[in-house]
Amino acid sequence: MSRRIAFKNVRLIDPASGLDVKGGLLVENGRIADIGPRLFNDAEPNDPEVIDARGLVLAPGLVDACVHTGEPGAEHRETLASASEAAAAGGVTTIAVMPSTNPVIDEPSLVDFLLRRAAATAKVRVAPVAALTKGLAGETMTEIGLLREAGAVAFYDCERTVANARVLRRAMSYAATFDALVMAHAEEPELTAGTAATESEFSTRLGLPAAPAIAEAMIVARDIALVELTGARYHFAQISTRAALALIVAAKARGVRVTCGVAAHHLALNELDVGAYYTFRKVKPPLRSETDRAAMADGVARGDIDIIVSSHEPQGADTKRQPFAVAAAGTVGLETLLPIALSLHHNGADLMTVLKAVTATPARLLGLSGGTLAKGAPADLVLFDADEPFVVEADKLHSRARNTAFDGRRLQGRARMTFVGGECVFKRG
Amino acid sequence: MTSANPLPILKSSHLLGIEGLSPEEVTALLDLADSYVAQSQAADKKTALLKGRTLINLFFEASTRTQSSFELAGKRLGADVMNMAVKNSSVAKGETLIDTASTLNAMRPDILVVRHENAGATELLSRKLSCSVINAGDGAHEHPTQALLDALTIRRRLGGFENRIVAICGDILHSRVARSNLRLLAMMGARVRLVAPRPLLPADADRFGVEVCTDMKTGLKDADIVMMLRLQLERMGGAFIPSSREYFRFYGLDREKLAYAKPGALVMHPGPMNRGVEISSDIADDVEVSLISEQVEMGVAARMAVLDALSRSIARKSDSRGHA
Repeated sequence: MSRRIAFKNVRLIDPASGLDVKGGLLVENGRIADIGPRLFNDAEPNDPEVIDARGLVLAPGLVDACVHTGEPGAEHRETLASASEAAAAGGVTTIAVMPSTNPVIDEPSLVDFLLRRAAATAKVRVAPVAALTKGLAGETMTEIGLLREAGAVAFYDCERTVANARVLRRAMSYAATFDALVMAHAEEPELTAGTAATESEFSTRLGLPAAPAIAEAMIVARDIALVELTGARYHFAQISTRAALALIVAAKARGVRVTCGVAAHHLALNELDVGAYYTFRKVKPPLRSETDRAAMADGVARGDIDIIVSSHEPQGADTKRQPFAVAAAGTVGLETLLPIALSLHHNGADLMTVLKAVTATPARLLGLSGGTLAKGAPADLVLFDADEPFVVEADKLHSRARNTAFDGRRLQGRARMTFVGGECVFKRG
Repeated sequence: MTSANPLPILKSSHLLGIEGLSPEEVTALLDLADSYVAQSQAADKKTALLKGRTLINLFFEASTRTQSSFELAGKRLGADVMNMAVKNSSVAKGETLIDTASTLNAMRPDILVVRHENAGATELLSRKLSCSVINAGDGAHEHPTQALLDALTIRRRLGGFENRIVAICGDILHSRVARSNLRLLAMMGARVRLVAPRPLLPADADRFGVEVCTDMKTGLKDADIVMMLRLQLERMGGAFIPSSREYFRFYGLDREKLAYAKPGALVMHPGPMNRGVEISSDIADDVEVSLISEQVEMGVAARMAVLDALSRSIARKSDSRGHA
């Protein structure tokens, strides 16, 4: 007898189909068996566990397309298991894990290792992203075909922009052969080498080594030209400036196959949040001007920015308790992804659009079956109160690393329960 | 003019590429080559057709089969054949191509067979020399005698080209063999498919009247001939493709991929082969499907036909000089 779970009196939001209706949803055999406004209205179904979720939203579990863990190689910061705890607590049911581990995920056998480890230890689904070039060195493309067969969902050199346009051109062209998704980080490597902030009055006051914000748009322009040449499926993993977004919007209007994402912290913070050299808010690309931050939030609201990612990057005291210029970049973010996405909604963005950017669209880009409430889809679900106020407390995070850029921040809306394949993997309180 | 003069075949006194040849010229060359297949299979392989003529092989790039094939072809027709060893020549001392050409010209050869790493080098020589020039491969441009020998092999096996599907697979980008073959086969009415990962497909390949595929399954579907190209292992440093094992997995010809082609499809390869990279050994060595040795045999006959045809052009030139 398979386990059945019935949700009733819940606000169902399915960004994949545009459904936003009060009703019920039935989970059976780990899949969504039925959904509809009148489901369970009259009679209780036979013997299911019933969750009366009045006032809550039931949506597809979040798909986070950019998550760094420390496995393999830096398990003291984060393992697949600990990252999956944080993901579950954040309503995230699929994490795309980044290849910048030690060793770098650039071999089919390593993708296989990750999938086996994930199956054995992780509570949420793990989708490995492989390196685009061997060792992330920007010189030799990886075995994109064999890595895909092993289970890699995308190819990405993480925070390293491929400097050599010839290498990138051939890697993109080769990836296009398999219609593989190539992801890119956009920071002109020479302009940004050794810098820690965006060039501005503020960085000048702090005396920080800084790079001009145009370092991003320069690479976006170059890469769009290469996409038009090669026909690759291309995704800018995390953009942060208005200029870069304008180039991407124009390219999309021409029919170029580019998409882009934004990290949650670039929606919620600007350069001034660095304050007195607060290294937990050192990220890569660095925090930008308020104009750029507002352009990012607006870009999500308009649907010009396709997805929001946590860019979850666990760091320890050893790497963060350093002078700002030499401290490691990155913030953990799995547990704040949903609240920050919802903050856009609280500021006026359409809830469906915001949720789509963390569910259906990342699932589609990565070629995953989740991100939808369609009948027959895996029952990867998040039940949340969109308005519940709370204060982020670093020491209560589920992640092994606690380097959140949002410690003490008041946010609204977070996960109550998270389900992966019909199993409850998180329940608050 | 003596009545013994055979009919001319080629309009040009050079063979620089397939481009510029007409279907009638190709057919006449293949017909002539057929007769030389018979001659090469006889015990006495030698005639005196080119007696007194001088053929110089000038190979700026390494070659085994093409150079020896031209040498044999020349000798079987009775010509004096000289192989220029470029490594030991004044070219190695910095002489320009044009100066080398002038020097050779002064030795009054009748036919110069040239291979050069740069596209257009044979064209340049043909304008500077008073003898016939045969392109034995110039960069990634043309290798017309390879296309003729491949066509001869195909025609003898399949009877013709009309509506036959020929899949040319592999490193098309760097291949002069592919360029000459697709020109010839398309001109003769065959359906040509180019099959390669995108980085190994040249720009605008679809503008040559061929179909372009990036996977073997669609590329080989219903193919009569599967023509594999050598993957330049020296370029395998990740520049165009990631590794030889990945290449073999997706583009190397094995039994599984050959099964996508028409039952009884035949396999060709211009050589030299990289076993386990673009072709598996069991296919390369299977005489039921592999035409690889036959291609080498046809190579001598096709080149004899070219030498014969060009010598008729030379004869006409000297005739017209005599009458002037």
